[in-house]
Amino acid sequence: MKSIKIKADNLNVYYGEKQALFDVSMYMEEKQVTALIGPSGCGKSTFIRCLNRMNDVIDICKVQGKIEIDGNNIYAPSMQVEQLRERVGMVFQKPNPFPKSIFENVAYGPRIHGIAENKSDLEEIVVNSLKKAALFDEVKDRLNDAGTGLSGGQQQRLCIARAISVNPDIILMDEPCSALDPIATARIEELMGELKTEYTIIIVTHSMQQAARVSSRTGFFHLGKLVEVDKTETIFSNPSDQRTQDYITGRFG
Amino acid sequence: MTDRIEQRINSLNKRLNSEKRFRIYCIGAMSFALAWVLILFLNIFSSGYSAFYRTVIQVDVPFLNLIEDTTQFSEMSSEDINNLSMYSFSKKAIYRLFPDIEEKKDKKMLIRLFSIEFEQEIREFLKSNKSNINETETIYLTASDDVDQVNKGNYPRDLDEDKRRIKDIQLLFFDDLVDRGLVSYEFNLPFLMRGDSREPELAGVGGSIVGSLFTILVVLILSFPIGIFAAIYLEEFAPKNKVTDFIEININNLAAVPSIVFGLLGLGIILNTFGLPRSTPLVGGIVLSLMTLPTIIIATRASLRAVPPSIREGALAVGATKMQAVMHHVVPVAMPGALTGTIIGLAQALGETAPLLLIGMVAFVVDVPQTPLDASASLPVQVYLWSESAERGYVEKTSATIMMLLGFLILMNLAAVLIRRKFETKW
Repeated sequence: MKSIKIKADNLNVYYGEKQALFDVSMYMEEKQVTALIGPSGCGKSTFIRCLNRMNDVIDICKVQGKIEIDGNNIYAPSMQVEQLRERVGMVFQKPNPFPKSIFENVAYGPRIHGIAENKSDLEEIVVNSLKKAALFDEVKDRLNDAGTGLSGGQQQRLCIARAISVNPDIILMDEPCSALDPIATARIEELMGELKTEYTIIIVTHSMQQAARVSSRTGFFHLGKLVEVDKTETIFSNPSDQRTQDYITGRFG
Repeated sequence: MTDRIEQRINSLNKRLNSEKRFRIYCIGAMSFALAWVLILFLNIFSSGYSAFYRTVIQVDVPFLNLIEDTTQFSEMSSEDINNLSMYSFSKKAIYRLFPDIEEKKDKKMLIRLFSIEFEQEIREFLKSNKSNINETETIYLTASDDVDQVNKGNYPRDLDEDKRRIKDIQLLFFDDLVDRGLVSYEFNLPFLMRGDSREPELAGVGGSIVGSLFTILVVLILSFPIGIFAAIYLEEFAPKNKVTDFIEININNLAAVPSIVFGLLGLGIILNTFGLPRSTPLVGGIVLSLMTLPTIIIATRASLRAVPPSIREGALAVGATKMQAVMHHVVPVAMPGALTGTIIGLAQALGETAPLLLIGMVAFVVDVPQTPLDASASLPVQVYLWSESAERGYVEKTSATIMMLLGFLILMNLAAVLIRRKFETKW
């Protein structure tokens, strides 16, 4: 049994009148990949966006319940959201590099948090982050070129480098491969395998094969409820709920 | 079977024909609009270009008659020269063109071939060349407006004499001067440098160009930062509720308020309540800022809205504060759009006349303003002023001023296009 990094307790989320999540309770283990699967609109993206409070941006979104990271409630009034997001990085569905150079994309986070002491420190962080994101070799000669000029897969790895540049504990990935081709997807999956030695990774995915390949635990969401969460092998070979069974065998979703 | 095919072909032909007709309508509409623009430009250009050169008459001025030794001028200060009595001396220099004239009336007619400031022009020549004045110097004096117009062929010489401002004897003098090769054209630099004047040949747009530039500067300084900050707040930070909806509606309404209303506001509040100096570019700029603000706010908000939300999310997700996300990532992307909006707003302000009439920028101002606090005209108001003047010389000057105004507007719109292109292709 690994130690528990994140624990959600009776989480309810509302968008205005509409309730998007119902009493979700689950935990995620440290330095493991946890996959969240389920049909479109089931609330898995909403759930993952609660983990770094990205939902705060949406005016009408209301969160009830508790999420603890290392035992601290991130919705406690004393929690500063900027500090939280420094510890919980995020990679989005569509690659969204800043319209700046590759270097600036990665240097931005360390710079605003004051992580680098001086310029050479910053350069080191950028290079290390790019290396960890398996992008450095491809871009080392053109760090000053536009980040938006890279290919889709490279852009997504640039976003991963940007996320790990501030040295977070946790990386959230919201369908990171849905806009990528199979080769780029394979690279990202490979990368996740390397990253999980250092980071706790939560990934939302539509692809059940992907969940099966990369994760150690998988949660299945349906209509805003967490139907089932268990070891990945168990979910895919012997699910305890009929709805999970139906979903993974392709009967709906 | 063949019937059906025939039917299809018929209906297809119908559709293609209607497409052809539609295309003809479109081209027709475009040609119509373009033709009017061309007519406008041709009309203005053809009546305005002649204002950019002027008629001068060559006069030999015997400075030895003014002073015993012309080298003495070099020791005189400008003030000394100003104190010299030169009026009758100058007149005599002009009489030398036609030494045979005896009658006083004819002499007067001869003098009237020249601009009223002939004495001043000789004095200025003396001042700027005082160190090496010869016994006799050849000076090009400005011809009067009537002579200028006759020389340019804008004046009907075949009218009856009592219907003309220029008299037969003056035409005789003029033709003789032309035959002797003393009448020539030169580039009309005074037109670009001087302020307004009651004498058409001496009136220039310099004062109104500077006045317009000062006004636009005030507009830029006031409305650019205010507009940008208001737009950023409304678009990025303001909560979406009834109050902000109300503000938004009113900003849009403000953009549609007739400009003369802003002039009344300026008259009532800025001049009468706050007591700022009348007729100045400062007040004009403040009033036009009110008019330009909504344009800038609307354009900036539109370009902020066009920035994909994913950029904001990317910045927030690495722990940027809301302000950092907006200032570091959203605003730079939106800036070309905001600048374009600002320049278009400024171009509108540059061409605006009505509010300036109400705050007194319609005054007759001879001096070129030195600061935004000096009384001044502006280009569109100058057009308005000259278009009502009777003298023929003002007709070409009106058109020439419109040309200048259009030139500035084209330059500004070009700048907007260039800025947009430069920053958009960067990434």
